[in-house]
Amino acid sequence: MSKILKVSKLDGKLSMAHFIVAFVSVGLAGLFGLIQTLVRSELITLPSFINYYQLLTAHGVLMALIFTTFFIFGFLHAGMSRTTGELTRGNRRLAWIGFWLMTIGTVLAALMIVVGEATVLYTFYAPLQASPLFYIGLALLIVGTYFSGMSTIFQYNKWRKDHPGETSPLFAYMAVATVVLWFVATVGVVITVLFQFIPWSFGWVETINVSLSRTLFWYFGHPLVYFWLLPAYMVWYIMLPKILGTKIFSDSMARLAFILFILLSFPVGFHHQLLEPGINEGWKFIQVILTFAVIVPSLMTAFALFATFEMRGRALGSKGIFGWFKKLPWKDVRFVAPFIGMLAFIPGGAGGIINASNQMNQVIHNTIWVTGHFHLTVGTTVALTFIGVSYLIVPHIRGRVLTKRANSLGIYQSVLWAVGMLIMSGAMHFSGLLGNPRRTQVTSYGGHEVASGWGAYEVAMAVGGTILLISIILYIGLIIYLAFFAPKGVEEFPIGELAEQNLKLPAIMENWKVWIGIAIGLILFAYSIPIIDMIQNAPPGSPGFKFW
Amino acid sequence: MHIHKLEKVWLIIGTVTLIAFLTTIGLQAFTEEHKAPPSENEIIDPEKVLETAPFDDPGLKQVGENEYELVIVLQSYSFTPNKIEIPQGAEVKIIVTTADVVHGFEIAGTNVNMMVTPGYINTMTYTFDKPGSYLILCNEYCGIGHHLMSAELEVI
Ligand code: HEM
Ligand SMILES: [Cu+2]
Ligand SMILES: [Cu+2]
Repeated sequence: MSKILKVSKLDGKLSMAHFIVAFVSVGLAGLFGLIQTLVRSELITLPSFINYYQLLTAHGVLMALIFTTFFIFGFLHAGMSRTTGELTRGNRRLAWIGFWLMTIGTVLAALMIVVGEATVLYTFYAPLQASPLFYIGLALLIVGTYFSGMSTIFQYNKWRKDHPGETSPLFAYMAVATVVLWFVATVGVVITVLFQFIPWSFGWVETINVSLSRTLFWYFGHPLVYFWLLPAYMVWYIMLPKILGTKIFSDSMARLAFILFILLSFPVGFHHQLLEPGINEGWKFIQVILTFAVIVPSLMTAFALFATFEMRGRALGSKGIFGWFKKLPWKDVRFVAPFIGMLAFIPGGAGGIINASNQMNQVIHNTIWVTGHFHLTVGTTVALTFIGVSYLIVPHIRGRVLTKRANSLGIYQSVLWAVGMLIMSGAMHFSGLLGNPRRTQVTSYGGHEVASGWGAYEVAMAVGGTILLISIILYIGLIIYLAFFAPKGVEEFPIGELAEQNLKLPAIMENWKVWIGIAIGLILFAYSIPIIDMIQNAPPGSPGFKFW
Repeated sequence: MHIHKLEKVWLIIGTVTLIAFLTTIGLQAFTEEHKAPPSENEIIDPEKVLETAPFDDPGLKQVGENEYELVIVLQSYSFTPNKIEIPQGAEVKIIVTTADVVHGFEIAGTNVNMMVTPGYINTMTYTFDKPGSYLILCNEYCGIGHHLMSAELEVI
């Protein structure tokens, strides 16, 4: 087997283009995030030409939809080039078409937010009605990803054709799993945007079926979070072992975990709609059970990672039960940033269990606890993992090296991020338990005694937000340095090797038709009856409202 | 496919815990009254809310010895009624709907929390054991006055 060690020059450009959009998004949205905390805590008031909810729409869209999607495709393209060889001309062209469509969509949607035609938050719940151009922008963003995703799948197919009988590179396999998850997930949001929101916002139809649109949105919304997580897991499974200087713990278990994540991501969207009328409580509970099944592959992932760490520590001669912990590379940002992310996933996952626990959801639903939850999971676990990777991938692509000094500043930046998030997200969790609502400009409610207990937490959020913005500024500074000013050289793109015993893979693992078939079966089981019910017994639809 | 022995133990412990946990919440939700999440199926024309019973005459009504029904209409950015008095210890069935966009009905500091989506009626039953002033607020974004949308509930 030939060893391909570098991302090719042309593919590097492609990836960098994605990363630039991602970094700009984080910078802007980070600033908005800080402003939100300052407004909520009543430390500042906004000038009259900016509305809080407009800012919040921008923050949610830029962070949750733009930063993640662009970073992920940039990462997948680079990794495919590194592990399966330079992208073919056709596949690279597909990826560029994808990039441009995504970018045009982003600009269009962002423009609508800026001019105040789309103050609907990133979930754009009907019957609040934005300009049709906002929905068209979102549609273009998704259509763009279809081109990008096809590029990844075709590249994987080509590798398998060129290497008959061989097991595919783990990176390529997981990249395809991520793309498959994305394709199946986006069906829901594409249907609602194309067939509900666009005709309704143009005025071609008068009303919209609100419950159906929400259900289709959350059919997409939950797997969306797994679309963010899977690439982070790829870093943990594939890249960290190499950074540690060891091998991948179990290739086949890693693949099995990814398959399970795909299957269990879809039939679970109702856990975001537990308090909603129009959905039978039995179906809600069935989806709650399926939601919890995802704990199994999560436990597999936790086991594999900590086993890797422990084995490495022991190989380096650690003593005692936890001695290996000291042997981990605490001075290497490529390890430290993703590792902090991993740690954040422990409370993040525990919070997720509470959120999804059927009737327990009542305690926290739509309180700022939920916001605290996803700033731990996507805002820390995923974001810090991506940040850690960008510290090596950006210089790798740009033919430069991650210097010692940049490395230590990177560690400093990651720790700042962790501290900022700990304070902000901790305050969000605690005040959420007291009832403090999310998505709310000020929460003093005319000085009502119940609300008066939230003020101190709001200030803590602003403190956390300030630390976070400092961290983001440092991050962007470092990235600019690594892309343009760091010394020339070769920075490794670490890809772990398999431990020998793992090489035999059951053929069914690469038979995607089987897994997609099972996924569709589960989706039909969990959604058919409730959706048919929602359409057949629908109330009269809703006209659009523009309350901003 | 090779699975490490300790990994098997780990997965079995995890799965057994999971099943025990799901059984607990399942039993509570489906055997105890008023414990399942609010999932009303009754529909209403969202453009005729103010003319449709019981929302044409919202407010608190006694329906049994210690039982009440509290009918509330949500609209950007108000609750109707927005000042409510309830006798201590009363069991209250709260019945809500929206006349425009999606809202969230929350009584801060209690477990009363439900989505109010156009076209549907939603309900929750709660017993007010503690006297005092409660804050009802909207916890779903409903327009730029969303943070102004609240009401007061007094338990006396
Ligand atoms: C500088 C760092 C950040 C700060 C200070 C910050 C702050 C905030 C605050 C205060 C809110 C809630 C406002 C409200 O509900 O009224 C919020 C919402 C949100 N944040 Fe962040 N955040 C940061 C980073 C991130 C990151 C890294 C992500 C994801 C990658 C993220 C994703 C979101 C999302 C999806 C929402 C929900 C928007 C909504 O409810 O419509 N944030 N953020
Ligand atoms: Cu979810
Ligand atoms: Cu509201």
